[in-house]
Amino acid sequence: MTWKEIEKKIHEQFDAKILKWYKHNDNRIYIDIDPDNLVEFSRFLFEDLNSRFIIASGVDTPRGGIEILYHFDFFQMPQVLSLRIFTKKPKLEVESISGIIKAAEWIEREISELLGVQFNNHPDMRRLLLPNDWPEGKYPLRRDQ
Amino acid sequence: MSEIIPIGPYHPLQEEPEFFRLHVEGEKVTKLDIEIGYNHRGIEKLAESKSWDQVVFLVERICGICSTSHPAASINAMEDLGGIEAPERAQYIRTIICELERIHSHMLWLGLAGHFIGYNTVWMWVWKYREIVCDIFEKVTGNRQSYAMFKVGGVRRDILDEDIPWIRKYLGKLKPALDLFKGAVMDDPVIHARTKGVGVLTKEQAKAYCVVGPTARPSGVAVDVRKDDPYFAYDWVDWDIVVLEEGDVFAKTACRILEMYESLKIIDQCLNKMKPGSIDLKIKELPPGEGIGRAEAPRGEVYHYILSDGSNFPARYKVRAPSYVNIFSNEVACVGEEVADAALVLAAVDPCYCCTERVVVVDQNKKEENVFYSHDLIKLSHEKTRKMKEELGL
Repeated sequence: MTWKEIEKKIHEQFDAKILKWYKHNDNRIYIDIDPDNLVEFSRFLFEDLNSRFIIASGVDTPRGGIEILYHFDFFQMPQVLSLRIFTKKPKLEVESISGIIKAAEWIEREISELLGVQFNNHPDMRRLLLPNDWPEGKYPLRRDQ
Repeated sequence: MSEIIPIGPYHPLQEEPEFFRLHVEGEKVTKLDIEIGYNHRGIEKLAESKSWDQVVFLVERICGICSTSHPAASINAMEDLGGIEAPERAQYIRTIICELERIHSHMLWLGLAGHFIGYNTVWMWVWKYREIVCDIFEKVTGNRQSYAMFKVGGVRRDILDEDIPWIRKYLGKLKPALDLFKGAVMDDPVIHARTKGVGVLTKEQAKAYCVVGPTARPSGVAVDVRKDDPYFAYDWVDWDIVVLEEGDVFAKTACRILEMYESLKIIDQCLNKMKPGSIDLKIKELPPGEGIGRAEAPRGEVYHYILSDGSNFPARYKVRAPSYVNIFSNEVACVGEEVADAALVLAAVDPCYCCTERVVVVDQNKKEENVFYSHDLIKLSHEKTRKMKEELGL
């Protein structure tokens, strides 16, 4: 599959659900979606389009919520596609994609403890990096703390 | 009877902090729990208080072995953010540094793997030749480790024309050494017996765990950022990506040895093609926005994501090291192996060697704890090699 075909397939399947399609350059593409469509979109990218999940990255924004980017690579192609979701404080909840993508298990645990986002239906929500005696409700990468 | 064997959190050989809890039944591993976070230094948060120039030095401290791969991904991310293209000569120099590092890192791993299975001659020979690479680094960058060569828009030091014959002479010594290691590993019946079919990571598992580098390529997954998303001078030189099918410890070893040949090929071409010219664009500031940088470290893809608000500091800096995904795959690669092999399988990913500072055997029924130290585990492994040698009549 070429990148053109991948782009076409994403448009066919999800055109109505894409909030914003931003091309930083030919190889770096950012797609904003609603958190409700995340699992469906990730499944499509990972299973149907044969992509590789690279990592997710979360950031506490001044807009009053957490933004999470899910980065995907498509094998033998220079493009990186980043799915962007935004979840508003105080109810920071996102559906886990670990059920579809095993490799996302650790990073969801990490984002959960560093930024305080709850990942629903995650198989194993123990702490990953922080020590066991770290106080509850304190998140090192939050700007409001 | 099910037992739990904890391994970690520190390993005396490479001092990498991870903690593995092996669930065993008799000699067989049935489940593996991995715990990380023993050495979480908060570098992502720290990066937010450093200027763009300082960040490159900071990320160089993430790994002491492949110290140039994080700066490589970092400057790739910053150049992606600013739409900057460094001069040609700088790209060649960057490529040479990255490939030299791959050779020395793979050699370090090969030596330790040799030591672990009881081949101390392999260990000492490999590390002897690794010194050559460190000498070249010293000549070119002034440092044997942590070279501080990379900056946004260029490199900090040039490779002097008068040094090139010397560098070539030293590189010339590496080729026969590689032939020697290749022979020592590929033709040895004991190494075959100890590593073939051990710790297999299938192609499906490799894809599910999204592993990278010499953990993915021996399992038939052709993923290499140098080919997929060419950066620096990788597009301008001729080289091959090493992909094998078996996915066992032997394939992982073979993959690393063959990759060193490719690295030599790349360095040689870079030295030939390098033309005189500028090595630095002297970038003063970066625009607001986002940048993604990738680099193929010896262990796999390093991934950096940066968010800039236009100030002199990153607003968010995300680092994904290759071991982050590779170590997790041990969860499946270790299952069904013997305890004497488990540490070798954990090591085959090259995260850390195997993190066996002390081993506590917990017998769940008797509630007894027996503490073993690393040399006990290494002894267990040496013992197995000795038995195999006897069986093979060597």
